[in-house]
Amino acid sequence: MHFVVCLKQVPDTSEVRIDPNTNTLMREGVPSIINPYDAHALEEAIRLRDKMGGKVTIVSMGPPQAKEALRKAMSFGADRAILLTDRGFAGSDSLATAYILTVAIQKIHAEEPIDIVFTGKEAIDGDTAQTGPGIAQRLGFPQLTYGIRVREIDNTSVTVERKTEGGREVAKALLPALITVEKEMNELRYATLPDMMKAAVYEPEMWDAKSLPYDTAEMGLKGSPTSVSRIFPPPGRSGGERIDATTDPKGAVANLVEKVFQENIIMVHPAVKGGRA
Amino acid sequence: MENFDVIVVGGGPAGLSAALSAAKAGMKTVVIERGDYPGTKNVMGGVLYTKATEAVVPDFWQSAPLERPVIEQRYGFLSGDETILAGYRDPVWAQAPYNAHTVLRVKFDRWLAQQAEKAGVMIITETVVEDLLYKGDNVVGVRTGRAEGDLGAKVVILAEGVNAFIAKKAGLAPQMRPDTVAVAVKEIIQLPQEKLEDRFCLEPGQGATIELFGDSTQGMMGTAFIYTNKDSLSIGVGALLEPLIRTKWTPNDLLEALKAKPYVKRLIQGGETKEYLAHLIPEGGYNAMPKLHRQGVLVVGDTAMLVNGLNREGSNLAMTSGKMAGEVAAQCIQSGDLSDQGMSLYEQRMRDSFVVKDLYKFRRLGRFFETHPHFLKVYPEIAANAMHLYFTADETSKKERQKQIMKMVFEKRAKGGLVSDVFGAWRAILK
Repeated sequence: MHFVVCLKQVPDTSEVRIDPNTNTLMREGVPSIINPYDAHALEEAIRLRDKMGGKVTIVSMGPPQAKEALRKAMSFGADRAILLTDRGFAGSDSLATAYILTVAIQKIHAEEPIDIVFTGKEAIDGDTAQTGPGIAQRLGFPQLTYGIRVREIDNTSVTVERKTEGGREVAKALLPALITVEKEMNELRYATLPDMMKAAVYEPEMWDAKSLPYDTAEMGLKGSPTSVSRIFPPPGRSGGERIDATTDPKGAVANLVEKVFQENIIMVHPAVKGGRA
Repeated sequence: MENFDVIVVGGGPAGLSAALSAAKAGMKTVVIERGDYPGTKNVMGGVLYTKATEAVVPDFWQSAPLERPVIEQRYGFLSGDETILAGYRDPVWAQAPYNAHTVLRVKFDRWLAQQAEKAGVMIITETVVEDLLYKGDNVVGVRTGRAEGDLGAKVVILAEGVNAFIAKKAGLAPQMRPDTVAVAVKEIIQLPQEKLEDRFCLEPGQGATIELFGDSTQGMMGTAFIYTNKDSLSIGVGALLEPLIRTKWTPNDLLEALKAKPYVKRLIQGGETKEYLAHLIPEGGYNAMPKLHRQGVLVVGDTAMLVNGLNREGSNLAMTSGKMAGEVAAQCIQSGDLSDQGMSLYEQRMRDSFVVKDLYKFRRLGRFFETHPHFLKVYPEIAANAMHLYFTADETSKKERQKQIMKMVFEKRAKGGLVSDVFGAWRAILK
């Protein structure tokens, strides 16, 4: 079976800060990592390949330095990695990104038919969760989003347990299909030394805009209807109020009780009459 | 199990230099580094010497991520709020072939690793070497912490840094003692280039270093330093563990006390601390140097205690030792003699080089400062007092002034002590 994993290199958002003066992301010196959800998507693809036989191909869109993320991904045991990199791709929103990835996946599909496309649930630097579904839509594949377990798989269908707001849902789709992956899907592996060594010398394939039949109107800034008007940190929380109880503990407690009701932290049920003096 | 000619444990300047020279000699070489990439875990004060680096990568200054060429070395003795200064500046050091540059290791080591890769070295990161592999008494490779993690090698070069885990396990390095290791902490403080150049009287792009003795370490055996980077300062302080433990000073408190000194405060004012780093420095010198080789193994850099603390040299010793080890490894592999005797060629070459010669020359230094603590506490105080008296113009005659100064000196240090101090210093430093 042929599994394709879409993988994005992202800044480690746990270390990104917002410049309070300019309201822009301060990315300098922030380490780049594989988007954590994508890492779980890759892990699942590799597990299924090991079980079913076949091949795992990784596709990523990003600047040339994203090669590092692809090398790292290869160390987990993938078979092939392709980086879509072109100045014309820069500034793409999730719509344009889904388009760019789809065209590449179509080319891969034409060469070696794909059974499942895996993506992470979302990327931690955007949190939109749109790219995966966007690709499925364009490819015309059924999509199983928020996957937490692959229950069954055979040559014609896959059954996935999905996370929904109210609980779990088990859904089956005919192949080829696209699955977006939650972190609960699996535990990441610790790469073996032979795989590390294979990855250390691996050169990802680089595809630019010219190597595929792209419509330039659909990619980059031109193809991106999303515009970010402003980025700003949420206002910091103001400190709580302190009630000094050193001189008059009784008064302080009365004061506290008063405030608890005033601020509606505790509410008196209308049925309780005279519940409070 | 994959087999290599040379396995280097550790991706610092010593290890990468070893790998580069082994690969250049045609050896199939791998470096195993536990950090995300070489440089992430590597710390030093921040001065890189040209000569030793050039020997490993010719004309490195054309492509390496360097901060500033050092054109001035300033030395300060701190006593309370007083400062005595001396230094040397030569703008010729701002041009090739330079003398030294300031660097940030996280960038420089990564670059050096890329040079090694270009020379054919394989670099495996995020992987810890746990032990050497033996066949009988012969070392035949290493065991890493990963699954299927054994690697075969004809020669293993230990460049694992000051902690020397593998070298200790193999019985090559002794356990560290509090009087042979210093702990150093450092901050990188960001400042606009223009401000930085004004404060240090530098032309655009030029750099300076300041070494501070005396109260910079509260009189403990150690030094403090301030180095200019492109748009930041590296400021740090290091002292031997033994007096730190004895006096209960924490390294962080030492650094905060240093930053509060009037002379220092003004240099770093308005800067924002970007990074905080800490590291152990092997200060045992010649007497603590382990055996540098055994059958199939060579020991380089900090693991071999190759640090010249007095002259703040370490990276150059590391790179020189690494280069020699790589060359000797290749030579031994080609001749087929991997015995302890064969590998001793490395030690021989090291002893003929400035590395061991310098360590030998200053072999008495650590002990000297231990037995003559006045040098770091009493003498800076005496000197500062003397200068204060001499330079204060209050209508005292100079003759009277000199008398006062001599009186003060002998009050603080008896004549006999002075003579023994001078002799001791001559023996430890100049002889």
